[in-house]
Amino acid sequence: MPAVKETVEQVKAIDVDQYKYGFETELEVDKAPKGLNEDIVRLISAKKNEPAWMLEWRLDAYRRWLTMREPTWARVDYPEIDFQDIHYYAAPKMNAAPKTIDDVDPAILDTYKKLGIPLREQEILAGVQQSKVAVDAVFDSVSVATTFKEELKKAGVIFCSISEAMREHPELVQKYIGTVVPVTDNYYATLNSAVFTDGSFVYVPKGVRCPMELSTYFRINEKNTGQFERTLIIAEEGAYVSYLEGCTAPQRDENQLHAAVVELIALDDAEIKYSTVQNWYPGDKDGKGGIYNFVTKRGDCRGKNSKISWTQVETGSAITWKYPSCILRGEGSRGEFYSIAVSNGRQQVDSGTKMIHLGKNTTSRIISKGISAGYSQNTYRGLVSAHRRATGARNFTNCDSLLIGNNCGAHTVPYIESKNGSAIFEHEATTSKISEDQLFYCMQRGLSEEEATALIVNGFVKDVLQQLPMEFAVEAQKLISISLEGSVG
Amino acid sequence: MLEIRNLHVSIEDKKILNGLNLTVHDGEVAAIMGPNGSGKSTLSYVIAGKEDYEIHDGEILLDGENVLEMEPDARAAAGIFLAFQYPLEIPGVATMTFLKAAMQAQRKARGEDELSTAEFMKRVRDQAGHLGIPQDMLKRGLNVGFSGGEKKRMEILQMALLEPKFCILDETDSGLDIDALKIVSEGVNRLRGKDRSFLVITHYQRLLNYIVPDTVHVMAHGQVVKSGGKELALELEANGYADYKTLAA
Repeated sequence: MPAVKETVEQVKAIDVDQYKYGFETELEVDKAPKGLNEDIVRLISAKKNEPAWMLEWRLDAYRRWLTMREPTWARVDYPEIDFQDIHYYAAPKMNAAPKTIDDVDPAILDTYKKLGIPLREQEILAGVQQSKVAVDAVFDSVSVATTFKEELKKAGVIFCSISEAMREHPELVQKYIGTVVPVTDNYYATLNSAVFTDGSFVYVPKGVRCPMELSTYFRINEKNTGQFERTLIIAEEGAYVSYLEGCTAPQRDENQLHAAVVELIALDDAEIKYSTVQNWYPGDKDGKGGIYNFVTKRGDCRGKNSKISWTQVETGSAITWKYPSCILRGEGSRGEFYSIAVSNGRQQVDSGTKMIHLGKNTTSRIISKGISAGYSQNTYRGLVSAHRRATGARNFTNCDSLLIGNNCGAHTVPYIESKNGSAIFEHEATTSKISEDQLFYCMQRGLSEEEATALIVNGFVKDVLQQLPMEFAVEAQKLISISLEGSVG
Repeated sequence: MLEIRNLHVSIEDKKILNGLNLTVHDGEVAAIMGPNGSGKSTLSYVIAGKEDYEIHDGEILLDGENVLEMEPDARAAAGIFLAFQYPLEIPGVATMTFLKAAMQAQRKARGEDELSTAEFMKRVRDQAGHLGIPQDMLKRGLNVGFSGGEKKRMEILQMALLEPKFCILDETDSGLDIDALKIVSEGVNRLRGKDRSFLVITHYQRLLNYIVPDTVHVMAHGQVVKSGGKELALELEANGYADYKTLAA
């Protein structure tokens, strides 16, 4: 049997067992009743002890959401979502908000430990990790722990859950929330604005280089629960921060909804680097179960010479609908998007970016690598636009797709709009298949078929992996291998 | 070293090899010559284990062991090396990374220890030096953007590093200018030894001026139709393949 055909057979035979994070944690849970109405919105706001303006903001979003329709333009296909059949709030039962890590339910600490995310600072320091990474752990609807807060505080950096930020730094939240992704931006962003429960908040003051990597680890545990997190990151003039995000969920037959909003704001000369390793449960080989991931991520290069860089490794979710974007408002600002999207089984990915050039001499770069296997469909959708005042705008886009087997699809949908004659936009795209000849060549040199496939895939995604922080790059590489298990060693 | 007995092979229902017999002794350099379509490249692929071919009958023995049931990587570890006529490009995989992966995989398959990075680097530097391969080429993606001559030199570098016992050179002279031909031939001659045999596949006698064979075999219609010493190559050069095209038909 020819090598590629055999690879296809192996990919077909892939079982869900390869999803290593599919376990469930038994916990007593404080849960809102199923369904969505104004009372649920009020309940969420009350649970969070939010200021009154926040509740009004949410209610306004909810009322607007009722008038909106689910978008249908993406190349994804799924049964209608019953928004009344979802719990919009679920939190592990706790007597009071945990003040220190010792107040956190050991079952939750264990969960994160199993996921490879130690939350005790001494464990992190004693562990194999060489560099320190501060973690905000979000479990269903609440943040359960944030590490290294004190050390960060000394540097002037605020890193906490957004609920806490709303109570402790309401002026910052009020000033920035919804300024990048407006309440009515899109169906899922509006829904998120109404019912978001937790997420991370980062504020890096003027001239401060954040002394360590920050990260948030999202875990959906409860059944029939939607996770709606909201993340807000602000880098003041000349500040720098690198932020990482990881996500997993138990293996279930029902689909679960995840609709997040992430807003980034970079002022003059500031830089934000945002990396994601998304590994939500992708569903089984027949497409049963898995997370519906409808996410709005946008960065605003508000200041001169500011820079926002998105790096994403997408291997999970049954459906991915995600376009991390940059608004290049400040003169000389720069946006970057580096993406690896791997799809296998029956996964559907519609992902890409928007680079919106508003200011003079703004530049952007898009490197997208899609790998499709099994019966999956993988679409890159991107917009590059230049406003009429964006003199000297430049973009370089490179979209490559790699196909493994004969039953998957790769699609590239670029939109390019220029209203300024001096803008220079370049677009390159390739689609290739791992050829039988390449595999034979590698095997003739002694590599097994799986080693050969892994080598070729790694070569394909190298440009993007290099953009990830070291610890994440290794994890991402492993993840890509696991996602393609059967075709990759 | 290598013994092929009564080999019958077809691809997509087209018969290519028709009961081919061939023996290559230890330390022997055997040349295979023949017109286009005589099955020379098929023979090299079948020895190396490419999967597109259907084997109806016969066996290929490497030191007495039938390799036909072995996967291509197992054959490589057993000592079979094929220098491709058209080496493949592997984008994004640095040549150095590829060389190391291949060497370690073969060592592992043979139950040998991993080579230390220092020792690996030393061997690569030495061999690359002999072949005039600059260091920056080793950092580039394997064969990506290499000229025809560079690709062929890279094949010989891999051969030198992997130290196979049975080397097949498939039209290694095609697309080479005279200087590149000399460098590649010297590379091959340096590897000749009593424990290593070569099967040199070529259309032209020219290559055999540089890699002087011990035996020459003429292939036509999927069989070896005549065997002789190195003078047979000169005879072919003078008279062409016309005589042999009709011989087996």
